[in-house]
Amino acid sequence: MRDTLTSLRYRYWPDHLLGEILSKRWTETAIPVILLLIIGFALSRSIDHFLSPASLADTARQAGEIGFIGLGMALVVIVGGIDLSVGSMFALTDFCALYLLDVLGWPIPAVVAATLVFGAFLGAVNGVLIGYLRLRAFITTLITLIIYRSAFDLLIQRYSNAIAAAFPDIPSWNFIGGGDVFGIPSVALVYIVIAIFGHIFMTRLRPGWHITAIGGSRRSAYNSGIPVRRTIALCYVASGVLTSIGALFFAARLGTVGGDIGVGLEVIVLTATVLGGITLGGGKGSVAKSLVGVLIVLLITNGLTTMNARGGVNRMALAGILLIAAMIDIRWQKNRTRIISKVYVAPTYHALPPPPATEIGAGGPFEQNDKLRDVTLIGLGRIEAPEDVILDRHDNLYAGSRHGDIMRFLAPDYETMEVFAHIGGQPLGMAFDRDDNLYVCIGGMGLYRIKPDGTVEKATDETNRSLHSVNDDSRLRLADDLDITDDGLIFFSEATVRYEMDEWPIDGLEARGNGRIICYDTKTGSTHTALRGLKFPNGICVASDGQSILFAETFGCSIKRYWFEGPKKGTVEIVMDNLPGYPDNINLASDGNYWLALVGMRSPSLDLAWKMPGFRRRMAKRVPVDEWLFPNINTGCVVKFNEQGKILESFWDLRGANHPMITSMREHRGYLYLGGIANNRIGRYKLDGADPNFVQYDKRWGKLS
Amino acid sequence: MKRFRFSQQEVVFAVFAVLFLTFSIFLRGFLTPENMLTLLQNVAVLGILGLAMAIVVIGRGIDISLIAALAVPPGLVLQMVQNGHSLPTSLIAALLLAIAFGLVNGWLIAYAEVPSLFATLATGLLLAGLGQTALFQLDVVQWSPGMDGFERLGQGVILGIPTPIIMFAIACVIVAFLLRRTRWGAYIYAIGDNPYAARATGIPSRPIVVLQYVVTALIGCFAGLVMAASVNSMPTRVFNSTLIYDVILVVVLGGIGLSGGRGGVLNVIIGTLLIGTMLNGMTILDISYAGQNLIKGVVLLLAVITDSFLNPRNEETAQQGDI
Repeated sequence: MRDTLTSLRYRYWPDHLLGEILSKRWTETAIPVILLLIIGFALSRSIDHFLSPASLADTARQAGEIGFIGLGMALVVIVGGIDLSVGSMFALTDFCALYLLDVLGWPIPAVVAATLVFGAFLGAVNGVLIGYLRLRAFITTLITLIIYRSAFDLLIQRYSNAIAAAFPDIPSWNFIGGGDVFGIPSVALVYIVIAIFGHIFMTRLRPGWHITAIGGSRRSAYNSGIPVRRTIALCYVASGVLTSIGALFFAARLGTVGGDIGVGLEVIVLTATVLGGITLGGGKGSVAKSLVGVLIVLLITNGLTTMNARGGVNRMALAGILLIAAMIDIRWQKNRTRIISKVYVAPTYHALPPPPATEIGAGGPFEQNDKLRDVTLIGLGRIEAPEDVILDRHDNLYAGSRHGDIMRFLAPDYETMEVFAHIGGQPLGMAFDRDDNLYVCIGGMGLYRIKPDGTVEKATDETNRSLHSVNDDSRLRLADDLDITDDGLIFFSEATVRYEMDEWPIDGLEARGNGRIICYDTKTGSTHTALRGLKFPNGICVASDGQSILFAETFGCSIKRYWFEGPKKGTVEIVMDNLPGYPDNINLASDGNYWLALVGMRSPSLDLAWKMPGFRRRMAKRVPVDEWLFPNINTGCVVKFNEQGKILESFWDLRGANHPMITSMREHRGYLYLGGIANNRIGRYKLDGADPNFVQYDKRWGKLS
Repeated sequence: MKRFRFSQQEVVFAVFAVLFLTFSIFLRGFLTPENMLTLLQNVAVLGILGLAMAIVVIGRGIDISLIAALAVPPGLVLQMVQNGHSLPTSLIAALLLAIAFGLVNGWLIAYAEVPSLFATLATGLLLAGLGQTALFQLDVVQWSPGMDGFERLGQGVILGIPTPIIMFAIACVIVAFLLRRTRWGAYIYAIGDNPYAARATGIPSRPIVVLQYVVTALIGCFAGLVMAASVNSMPTRVFNSTLIYDVILVVVLGGIGLSGGRGGVLNVIIGTLLIGTMLNGMTILDISYAGQNLIKGVVLLLAVITDSFLNPRNEETAQQGDI
């Protein structure tokens, strides 16, 4: 009963999603967005007319004005600086616009252009000081804040009366200040245009990438030839220009130059920037984050003002939010990887019946023996990690190596070893097609094709992305073994979509169906996912009927059959289950039966742990990874089974010296060749009574050797 | 290390001497004993604040919230006495508030690892907002009869010298002793010079950083008490003024590099004298408040630029994202 509940809970509750969602880049934007929605909802409940069009349009106007400054601030924060002078620049450029319009009577386009240039100049002062003279951004902009503010104070003492007396009634100026298009305020429209451009600029254009790179690591950016000083300086210029745009709209809307314009604006904008999730110190941030932050801050301050809070409360609230947001951001950036690695492992319930006996004297097909004691060794100490082995019709032996090469041992003595092809990833399963092309599954890369002359081509490295998966499963993470049908379809297994090649044992700890079988059509070059939700699918072999494949589920401890054609097309049935070990590659035997490698034998402790997902999750959280309970791959064997799923024979190496772990075996002209991913050798075992002319793929393709 | 180059200390002192001479010759009423005492009296509070700032700047930090620590705890003393509490109780409450404030600052910077400029900018706003909304009834907290006798901290003369100057002197001696004669002071220099090396050698850098900010807040509170005593009230709107920039000006002009690990009390004294002379001269010249700010800002900017040439940032120990 309890087991049933556990099994149901782990079957239907998606534990694995938490880690996958957290490791997505967009979570860092999603959290502020959720906060924004919560605040918006709360305020719409507590304040009347909060969501009325007039109120929204008013909010949009303010949001637009502050939003421009927020974009500028985002830019300088991403580049690794800060701009505290925005409030004073806002005041000065606001004064500039009104002075030019009201006192000097310039035409509107000239006013706009001059104000933008003035903003650029103010920003350029910061930019030169910080970018070229390499002063500290915080202290420098703090000083320019005072200088600009004092200049503003001096100027309004002289001109505020003249500006206050003027009432310019110019349609275009009024449109800037209060106009709208289809109900959308002019400022919001301009903001949207600039924001879209900003997004494209930051994510798609070279200067945007330079900015992010400098913020991420100034020294590395410099070493890779990015013009660091100029880029930083230009960011401050951009901040000045964006601030002056905001000031222009503000000037057009209110037309005043009060002494407190822009006072404390830097704190508001900074709070917005940090709240939106733009990391202080640089290297991370986006336009969307800036916008979300501005909206949150604006809703909070407007909400507090509507609720008649005193000025001090407003300021305290902002400062408090600023601190909390900065703290969360700093802690998160520091511990992100650690948190994700703790919650990423999500074990499930996996119950297996007691395994069949393998002890000597217990009888049965799995009874241990010492047949592999005296295998001949090929390439001892010269090859590393030959996961799969294959022979061509000229008897040359091919095997993958840890260094990313396909090695070839030349017949007849297999003493000469040469690099047949260099690929770069760990080669796993291999198969020949009709034209003697060698198809190889490369862990972490995908499916590759090596022509007889040794040239390497990519066959496929992506498949269709499934809709409900959080992890991007279109890329192939761990292509494992393959076989080719008579029609040129290549079925290959991808062991897991949640882990990389180097951490595959963790998938065994999860025991979830994370793997899939993918079909690549050599005729059309298309790829699609045939089966998903498999527990570490591994070996694949086309069955002798030509309409189905046999595949091994390593951590499911079973062999299954999948029909890709014929009356049962699309169905899966179990051939063997409850194997005593973890099945790996499957290959054809000369007598029409199949060879199967058991990479390791099951142990009672892991069998028990597989029924206790909570235990394994605690283990993953609390114990360092090298002390986790992993599937045993130290001892295994080779077995032969027939089409009906009956085990006929088994081959063991009891001494444990030559081939304790076997991931693959290939029969060729009366011999069995043995590969193992942890081995530094290939074994050659003389089979009694086997067909001395059997060559697997020649038999398949009907060629004579 | 002895090279033919003026140290910043000497340069600043020379500038001070030139400025002083110029003012003495061209400004009527500058070089009089009364004006000299006024000058010193006016900058005494600034000097005490400079000492507080010096401690954190030597430890490679900065404290923007110093003015909040200056305004709010002493304001609390005045307010509590006005509300009928005894002076000692109020003083203890204010000291506890200052210590708590320093602890918050220190914790944020040392343990939560928020950059010091940023953390103190926000905590300063928080404390000032707290004072404005919850503690004080008016922006200027008035003197009440219960405070009588306390004004001697900031008014009057001892041996012909105004008390604020005496207070500045006492603060100088205490801070100099802390920095130069205690192990704790040596740790601050070590942390300011190279925080990673300091940590690697086993210095408890985090507690020391917290301690720095607590001491800074306490000195700030002391400066506030002297200020309140000398003007018989606590104008809490001082938080909105540009006083904090004057303090940074004192420290940077005096020659305590913002990159930490350098300088001492002598630098604060020199910086204070220079700023005092400058402010006094500008006041006699009748330059407007905004004009004074503008000049101070430009001077500060020049000082920071000079500082960046004399004490270039160490790119190896400067933290990524150190803004």
